[in-house]
Amino acid sequence: MKQFDSKIPAGPLADKWKNHKAAIKVVSPANKRKLDIIVVGTGLGGASAAASLADLGYNVKVFCISDSPRRAHSIAAQGGINAAKNYQNDNDSVYRLFYDTIKGGDYRAREANVYRLAEVSGAIIDQCVAQGVPFARDYGGLLDNRSFGGAQVSRTFYAKGQTGQQLLLGAYAALNKGIARGNIKSYVRHEMLDVVIIDGKARGIITRNLVTGEIERHGAHAVVLATGGYGNVFFLSTNAMNSNGSAAWQAYKKGAMFANPCFTQIHPTCIPVHGDQQSKLTLMSESLRNDGRIWVPKKKEDVEKIRKKQIKASSIAEEDRDYYLERRYPAFGNLVPRDVASRAAKERCDAGFGVNETGLAVFLDFSTAINRLGQKTIEARYGNLFQMYEKITDVNPYEEPMMIYPAVHYTMGGLWCDYNLMTNIPGLYAIGEANFSDHGANRLGASALMQGLADGYFILPYTIGDYLSHEITSPKVNTNTSEFEEAEKAVKARIEKLFSIKGKKTVDELHKELGHIMWDLVGMARNEKGLEQAVERIKALREEFWKNVYVPGTNNSFNPEIEKALRLADFLEMGEVMAYDAYNRNESCGGHFREEFQTEEGEAKRNDEEYTYVACWEYTGEGQKPVLNKEPLNFEFIKVAQRNYKE
Amino acid sequence: MENKLNLTLKVWRQADAKSKGRFETYKVNDISTESSFLEMLDIVNNNLIHEGKEPIAFDHDCREGICGMCSLYIDGRAHGPDDDITTCQLHMRKFKNGDTITIEPWRSAAFPVIKDLVVDRQAFDKILQAGGFVTVNTGGIPDGNAIPISKEKADESMDAASCIGCGACVATCKNGSAMLFVSARVSSLALLPQGKIEGARRAKAMVAKMDELGFGGCTNTGACEAECPKGISISHIARLNREFLCAKLAE
Repeated sequence: MKQFDSKIPAGPLADKWKNHKAAIKVVSPANKRKLDIIVVGTGLGGASAAASLADLGYNVKVFCISDSPRRAHSIAAQGGINAAKNYQNDNDSVYRLFYDTIKGGDYRAREANVYRLAEVSGAIIDQCVAQGVPFARDYGGLLDNRSFGGAQVSRTFYAKGQTGQQLLLGAYAALNKGIARGNIKSYVRHEMLDVVIIDGKARGIITRNLVTGEIERHGAHAVVLATGGYGNVFFLSTNAMNSNGSAAWQAYKKGAMFANPCFTQIHPTCIPVHGDQQSKLTLMSESLRNDGRIWVPKKKEDVEKIRKKQIKASSIAEEDRDYYLERRYPAFGNLVPRDVASRAAKERCDAGFGVNETGLAVFLDFSTAINRLGQKTIEARYGNLFQMYEKITDVNPYEEPMMIYPAVHYTMGGLWCDYNLMTNIPGLYAIGEANFSDHGANRLGASALMQGLADGYFILPYTIGDYLSHEITSPKVNTNTSEFEEAEKAVKARIEKLFSIKGKKTVDELHKELGHIMWDLVGMARNEKGLEQAVERIKALREEFWKNVYVPGTNNSFNPEIEKALRLADFLEMGEVMAYDAYNRNESCGGHFREEFQTEEGEAKRNDEEYTYVACWEYTGEGQKPVLNKEPLNFEFIKVAQRNYKE
Repeated sequence: MENKLNLTLKVWRQADAKSKGRFETYKVNDISTESSFLEMLDIVNNNLIHEGKEPIAFDHDCREGICGMCSLYIDGRAHGPDDDITTCQLHMRKFKNGDTITIEPWRSAAFPVIKDLVVDRQAFDKILQAGGFVTVNTGGIPDGNAIPISKEKADESMDAASCIGCGACVATCKNGSAMLFVSARVSSLALLPQGKIEGARRAKAMVAKMDELGFGGCTNTGACEAECPKGISISHIARLNREFLCAKLAE
């Protein structure tokens, strides 16, 4: 069993971060210049951290797998970023954002972390405005807001339907500023394949140059992983094609604990799957639920006619439509949290009311809003999303409702970290989606951007100083040590092994098989028997992978197939641990829905008595079942209650 | 409605930056009109691997038209035969059964080929590193609402900022000019009070870097605007020229 301490500061909730900052150590400018930090990943978390650490004077090396830091998947976030500014005078506050986030996460996140997130949220908006991020504004020239799921106030800041892009361009520009100044060195098309640990501390990484295949060593006094989530374990997801969990997984295999791996977010508004040749799913922003109403027909005969394309959705009379979210959750209506909206869609489709040929789709309808506000207003709000929808489906959403269905979107689970965002390996940090810390069992919309930037701009730059203050006498890390040698050797051996198999199946074919197992058995609804099966089937598939995969080409060139094979090898291990975690958690909470544990109305039924803890999985060796450690969650400041979005 | 297509592809294959490239021809059958263009290439690649051949290397990532990674020149058009889209948003319903489709990488002296259809666009990063930022450090910032910005200016800045850095403008321009890319960034920042302060210096530094990296000059053909997947207007080039002129006059 691992010994670990979450290092949550004592004192009243509102004073914890302030007191902690006062208590931790800082590093002098002269010493910062002597210290090296590696940041892996250049999404909102990584780019903002690298830029801010370099602003402070540290030497930063930053790595990304794309051809430019600007391509990281944060760029695809559409709807917005939350901040407790209370600009709308609607009684928002740090406390309310904190409370909504804890409740939205179904009481499975740390109070102290979430409060701090809400506390720094306002400064993020200020920072982005100063960088020249063109947020939407009203006619008076002030910042505009919209509403998002799980909240009854308007606190979401946005830049058209491209908020993630604009925030990332802001962070990327800050990164470029550091590169121009000379204390950030950027490595593009480089993938981290291992973390190197010397005397118990993270001291560097092993990377593969994706253009030349060269295996390289990089040393530093601290390593920050900002490598995003592992949603692509499902093969089909809204994640970018190259998003993967491998960096975090290497850390896990070196002793870092992996927390709550089964907490996966299934986003309710994605374009439905069209066939088995599909490689990627597309998200339609949650912001659409501000003005879109979700429904299916009340009558089965209408469903049949729609599936056969005999009638159009718009021809179904108002009284024959079941606006099921408004019916079930009057207080929040179409703006219930994502997990609730996804399950409700599944419930209607399972009951036979799905509206496309596969029976796996519901309507997202804008006709009420268009009648109320005019098409121009809707176009101004969501123009690019409507265009995106039409390009993919060939249907004009101004005339006919969109068809949507839930899809894998985000992973709340991730590397365990303490209040300082440090994993249980000293000197190894995890920020943004790569860690587990703030969203509990379900993340609210527009909070991923907030967390990535909170970690990178305003939390890590403070907390890492406390660790590095003990490193000021450590010389530059020497990469010619046996630890680096061994890590490099192991990476090379893994690559050689993959090329040597020369089997019959492609990486994608095996990945698709894994995706089916995960979606069917570890997806939106899980049960004990299914999870047992999942473990067995994943093990068998992993065995097949190592005997029957075919990786073409050579290592010494640009070769996406070996990149994918290395990532799939890790997904095949990750999926199994996700299943163990889902199996262990005998309750339903947030995105984790166990069919055995639901209320009579089909709502998630938590078991606070036994499961108010973070499940921290510890690696015990190749093919061995990992050990479960528990970090109890103590709710000192809010009353844990059943989530209620009805009244 | 879903239909199936049988197609012939003529694809540029090039082992690496130093090797000579050539077109190879591939047949592909039973492609759903509902598939995206890149899903079609996924299928072709899966087939090639089974035939023991090396798959076609191409850049792609988000497949939602926003990351700017995909970069194919299809039948003589950057991002293929549709308007206001990236390659990943191109769907097979734009093609007919029996079509022959020619697929090339971006062609520009500033974007050397890495392999097949993959090019190196680090020149864009270098231009932005020359000055495409506001010089503010993290922290110590006034409230976001401290400086009101007119809605018109903010919206216009947003339009310019929607550039995804894909390089279609460069690939389309007969001179291989990066003026649309550079002007979009300069313009987006110059329109806001936060970015205006360094406007002249920024314009000068970015244009100088663009020239140094081997991009061509702009002759106002407007081809870039027509092929830009995000519909960035060449009016930003005019604004860049103004900023640049002011900077030069100030010297």
